[in-house]
Amino acid sequence: MSNLQELIRLMKELEDRLVVCMRCGMCQAVCPVYTQTGREADVARGKLALLDGLMKEMLDDPRSVEERLNRCLLCGSCAANCPSGVSVLEIFLKARAIITGYTGLSPAKQIVLRGMLSHPETFDRLAQWGARFQKLFVRPVNEVVGTSCARVVSPLLSKRHFKPLADEPFHSRTPSAVTRPGASGITAAFFVGCLIDKIFPKIAQAALEVLDYHGVGVFLPEGQGCCGIPALSSGDLETFDRLLRHNVELFAGGQADYLVTACATCTATIKEIWPVMASSAEPAIREQVEALASRTVDIHQLLVKKVGLKEPEAIKTAPQTIVTYHDPCHLKKSLGVMSEPREVIGKATGYRLVEMLEADACCGMGGSFNLQHYDISSRIGRLKQENIRATGCSVAATGCPACMLQISEALSKAGDRIAVKHPVEIYADAIKRQ
Amino acid sequence: MISKALVKEFQKAAGKENVMNDEADRLTYSYDAAVLEPVMPSLAVRPVDGEGLSRVVRLCNENRLPLTVRGAGTNLSGGAVPSTGGVVVLTNALNRIVELNTEDMFAVVQPGVITAKLAAAVEAQGLFYPPDPGSQSVSTLGGNVAENAGGLRGLKYGVTRDYVMGIQFFDVNGEPIKTGSRTVKCATGYNLTGLMVGSEGTLGVFNEITLKLIPKPAYQKAMVAVFDQMDGASRSVSAIIAAHIVPATLEFMDNFTIRAVESFSQVGLPLDAAALLLIEVDGHPAQVEEDAAKVEQLCHQHGATSIRVARDAAERDKVWQARRSALSALAKLKPTLVLEDATVPRSRIPEMVRAMQEISREFEIDIGTFGHAGDGNLHPTILTDKRNRQEWQRVEAAIAAIFDKALAMGGTLSGEHGTGIAKSCYLEKETSPATILYSKRVKEALDPNNILNPGKIIG
Ligand SMILES: Cc1cc2nc3c(=O)[nH]c(=O)nc-3n(C[C@H](O)[C@H](O)[C@H](O)COP(=O)(O)OP(=O)(O)OC[C@H]3O[C@@H](n4cnc5c(N)ncnc54)[C@H](O)[C@@H]3O)c2cc1C
Ligand code: SF4
Ligand code: SF4
Repeated sequence: MSNLQELIRLMKELEDRLVVCMRCGMCQAVCPVYTQTGREADVARGKLALLDGLMKEMLDDPRSVEERLNRCLLCGSCAANCPSGVSVLEIFLKARAIITGYTGLSPAKQIVLRGMLSHPETFDRLAQWGARFQKLFVRPVNEVVGTSCARVVSPLLSKRHFKPLADEPFHSRTPSAVTRPGASGITAAFFVGCLIDKIFPKIAQAALEVLDYHGVGVFLPEGQGCCGIPALSSGDLETFDRLLRHNVELFAGGQADYLVTACATCTATIKEIWPVMASSAEPAIREQVEALASRTVDIHQLLVKKVGLKEPEAIKTAPQTIVTYHDPCHLKKSLGVMSEPREVIGKATGYRLVEMLEADACCGMGGSFNLQHYDISSRIGRLKQENIRATGCSVAATGCPACMLQISEALSKAGDRIAVKHPVEIYADAIKRQ
Repeated sequence: MISKALVKEFQKAAGKENVMNDEADRLTYSYDAAVLEPVMPSLAVRPVDGEGLSRVVRLCNENRLPLTVRGAGTNLSGGAVPSTGGVVVLTNALNRIVELNTEDMFAVVQPGVITAKLAAAVEAQGLFYPPDPGSQSVSTLGGNVAENAGGLRGLKYGVTRDYVMGIQFFDVNGEPIKTGSRTVKCATGYNLTGLMVGSEGTLGVFNEITLKLIPKPAYQKAMVAVFDQMDGASRSVSAIIAAHIVPATLEFMDNFTIRAVESFSQVGLPLDAAALLLIEVDGHPAQVEEDAAKVEQLCHQHGATSIRVARDAAERDKVWQARRSALSALAKLKPTLVLEDATVPRSRIPEMVRAMQEISREFEIDIGTFGHAGDGNLHPTILTDKRNRQEWQRVEAAIAAIFDKALAMGGTLSGEHGTGIAKSCYLEKETSPATILYSKRVKEALDPNNILNPGKIIG
């Protein structure tokens, strides 16, 4: 599509959603990006006004709207606080797709999204090569947090402290698994997710251990793809659609009671985004997507609400490790999951939870936002780091590997010696020590 | 269009990154929270200090550019909608609490400080800044003063006006003007502070505001009284006041609003109730207990079918959560929400509520009414879809009818939302041609080029 009229026609399909915004401005109170910049174009109200302006032909440069639309963490803080109930994320994602259809996907994104992400096998192979070669270019900087930085000055990595790719991704150690349910009588399909697979395989390992410990049967199909959110947030519907279908095919057939993930972003995407984006697909796919979405649960939710955790054994002599917990936006604001991860930590013998200030403030990661707007992203990350440090904890826990990346970087840059873990890793560790 | 050279001048005053002239950025400063058509400014500037603000004002005047100050852009009367080709001046970089004086109990703030941030900072010192508009988590103190904003605590504690001790503002030439003082009393000069409060950016641009603080009440008690007759609720309001009890908050909700709130948040409100009163008394514990008991008794006497007294902080939160969610619950029903705030002497509340119900029937539109019963300040909230032209015409006619009713009862067009553009054409009805002329002369004398937020209040 290169025709402005066509763009406007597609935008009009969002009109019913756009008019719901009454311009009250209450989203200014919670938008992490606006808090940093004070620019109306960065808050949901401003972005919605821009989309409205584009639709009403008050603006004739879709690129200027695209640029501003991308200055967004897609954290959903605005939607969670909106008195009018505007479907902000749905509007933003659909608008990104429409506008990208007009402006075109940048060559770099074409390579990454269409060339790699949309083909799970290629993506896996490239990541494996990457893991082998990265040692030549990066060196460890903080062994507690487990971050690295560039060995040589590199424009791409600049001053970043990042989590390197794992030596062995989860899928090569455990390509697939099918186990029968034990005591719980429950079977869960396990959706791994890219970040857990390639950077944090330990989380998936821990999740399987915990599920096994509680007698939950597991269905882990081989050849899983990305949930598609990176493609969708870049407006690449084609890749998103391909991944959606790939995953639906893998999972729709399994006999699992639930689809579980340990990644807040994957859970929110499958549960909330897949159904709205599949609304125009053919009925068969739509039904499968809806059925999958309704069975999808966050792993903490599964453990607490469906399986039921036991009281931890009281051990008085052992010193307690202090943990603080950060609420991923995609768990608390998108899905309303906030007590369950805390309960999982609470049931881990030897750990004590200490709340940080503003535990539910966004960490500033926002997927590719961190790549495109590194400066704003780091400033938001620093606020989180300060709140974490103030608890005096030695472990910062959170239920999303994307938040873990951001928090790791913020802590590492500040020189904090605080490990970043998933609550399920903490719980698995406690089980082992019993 | 503004010339490149002039843009440079603005950049010198505010910093390069704080001058926005891209079309897309300008569009995001073309509206506020009022239901009005957006108007594109030609520039938005975000000064970072008082000196920058003064220079920006002077530049606008010298170049005859209409200037509209914008705080959070949440006002409901169009006060922050710019003039075509004008300059929007943002205050959100002027967000410092300059001084918090606990001994003399006042605060000096820059105009962009967010209301709730000041309230929290003040509370941390054991003091209290009462004005709490529903928008307080985003609204700015400059905007509050310029609109004379109210809130839930108006009955006992008054509105923003009652807390403004002094203002340092820039006149249209960018010259600093000082009004009021840091003393409890001040009898020098004209009461320019009074002139500035509610002036909606038409007479000067605030740079620093001195606000009165008071001791924090030690204790509160909240309750909800349910009525199956509208009149019982209004008689209770009058009876409470006649008994010389002044609740901090005395709020009202009609049946339409009750149903909306309940279906939205399931807090357990009775769906068949004609009206609810949400009441809070505060002060010394013994006094509060006594007042609360009396209020309860009075409500019963006047036909309350049940009364629920909050037993702890959590229950109290629930009461106010129900009230706070009124607007969102209504907002979710239809795409467009018009929040009015015509106000009547409080003895006329029952009449006014009945009038709203009649208007809703006559013009065939949905109106939910809630608001500050103790102040006679109701918020008839019209729910519609502005894309439906026919209905929108009926909405406009209904708004005019609401104003007529309020004025006929000796009321006013607006209790707290200001005149702006939305109500300027009705102002003469409330006042007189001479009043408008007088106001216009004041404006002309102070702003000869008519660049300070032109078109607002007096048209
Ligand atoms: C959800 C919601 C709830 C609300 N609840 C209430 C309520 O309970 N009570 C109430 O009274 N109002 C309420 N309002 C209305 C609104 O929030 C108030 O009018 C508030 O005072 C506006 O503040 P602002 O910072 O958004 O000002 P803006 O809307 O940005 O500006 C308001 C006016 O003030 C002028 N102005 C701003 N700063 C300055 C300055 N430094 N110098 C000179 N002029 C200036 C502007 O030019 C404009 O005319 C509500 C609004 C919303 C959206
Ligand atoms: S809070 Fe919701 S309705 Fe209000 S301006 Fe933001 S998106 Fe619009
Ligand atoms: S999704 Fe997050 S970053 Fe984006 S506009 Fe909403 S609150 Fe701001």
